[in-house]
Amino acid sequence: MNPNSLVSIADLTKDEILDLLKTAEYFERHPNSKILDGRVAATLFFEPSTRTRLSFETAVNRLGGRVIGFSDASTSSSSKGETLHDTIKMVSNYVDIIIMRHFLEGAARYASEVTDVPVVNAGDGANQHPSQTMLDLYSIYKTQGTLYDLTITMVGDLKYGRTVHSLIMAMQYFRPKFNFVACHELAMPDEYKRFCDEKGIPYTETTDFSPEVINSSDIIYMTRVQRERFTDIMEYERVKDLYNLHNSMLDNSKDNLRILHPLPRITEISYDVDANPKAYYFDQARNGLYARQAIICRALGIKPEEMTNE
Amino acid sequence: MTGKKELAVAALRNGTVIDHIPSDVLFKAVRILGIESLGTAVTIGNNLESGKLGKKGIIKVADVEFDQATLDRIALLAPTAVVNTIRDYNVVEKHPVTLPDTITDIVRCANPKCITNNEPMATRFHVVSREPVTIRCHYCNHTVSGDKAQLH
Ligand SMILES: [Zn+2]
Repeated sequence: MNPNSLVSIADLTKDEILDLLKTAEYFERHPNSKILDGRVAATLFFEPSTRTRLSFETAVNRLGGRVIGFSDASTSSSSKGETLHDTIKMVSNYVDIIIMRHFLEGAARYASEVTDVPVVNAGDGANQHPSQTMLDLYSIYKTQGTLYDLTITMVGDLKYGRTVHSLIMAMQYFRPKFNFVACHELAMPDEYKRFCDEKGIPYTETTDFSPEVINSSDIIYMTRVQRERFTDIMEYERVKDLYNLHNSMLDNSKDNLRILHPLPRITEISYDVDANPKAYYFDQARNGLYARQAIICRALGIKPEEMTNE
Repeated sequence: MTGKKELAVAALRNGTVIDHIPSDVLFKAVRILGIESLGTAVTIGNNLESGKLGKKGIIKVADVEFDQATLDRIALLAPTAVVNTIRDYNVVEKHPVTLPDTITDIVRCANPKCITNNEPMATRFHVVSREPVTIRCHYCNHTVSGDKAQLH
């Protein structure tokens, strides 16, 4: 077990989160710091995710490290029936850090327990995806100039959307206010509302994506409403367009409002929003590179030397 | 135990009495204790009047004292249960079952996509609430209430 592994956003203290944001900020200014010279990273993608893999691999490459790995379980030894345990043990002999994505939930936690090499979770089924949360936090921090005292509106699939759940956990230190906007079938689970209650975090819950909610928001975090999440297809047909964002809905919104979305989007943000300066989802994806560079450095226990001199 | 309730089941010379088991989990408790395979005298009472629980169950097993791991399992589904150790017709020890903070390799995770159901490995659960008992999988974070937990 390596203490620098990052499996869940809940593994990080407030100070560690702030530290990662500072490091991400540094890498945004110096994206090609060659501080991983001679290091080798494994990207083990038991489940394909081109977007996330490219982001991590670019992060390693821009830091001057090298990457080995696979992008699909069918080309890996696990397709021959090897256990995750044995694959991790084998790869640990070769690399300084393991970045892994797996379709099974808890896979990264287990991997982190069977090796001394730091493990970074790049997504384990519907469970955790901490680098997504770090890039969300970095995007909020960058666009608002602070993480404190913000009103964050979450829209769409709040039941299965792991990104919104992790964001709630991560924001607990920064006095947020949340608006949860979803249909009944995809409402925020009680578990997370209870978490807010315990932490004294105020929230509202509505089925109506109303002007009041939009105009009070500093951040609107949109998510995809997927047909396969519904037990009742009629219900899906009824609600699918209720949680779509159109440019005209932003007319009276705050100047500092920014729209986030983990991407890919389908119809939940119409194309006429893209040209609005409040649309931030494409920049958000680019922030993933800096956030992942920071996560990789933390996992390896490396700090950019110049950061201390700045 | 009052004399009247005592009559409902036979007196025990040596062994263990597990009392205050909610009626709806009594037979699950019987299974956990491995009573089917015991050769000693066993008395099981169910739907007995109980002030605390409404209806309760009770299990009396002659000449057996259960180990802690077994009692931990009972604590999971019947946190109200009380264990009495009987020697020579006297209760020499009486204590409620206690649920540890972490439960290792007793419960199977109900999430089919959990790594623990797909690798040869021990499960681990954290107790996140004691009343009612709720446990969370250390690996996939799925939660389940104690009385619904699937036991190995
Ligand atoms: Zn599990």
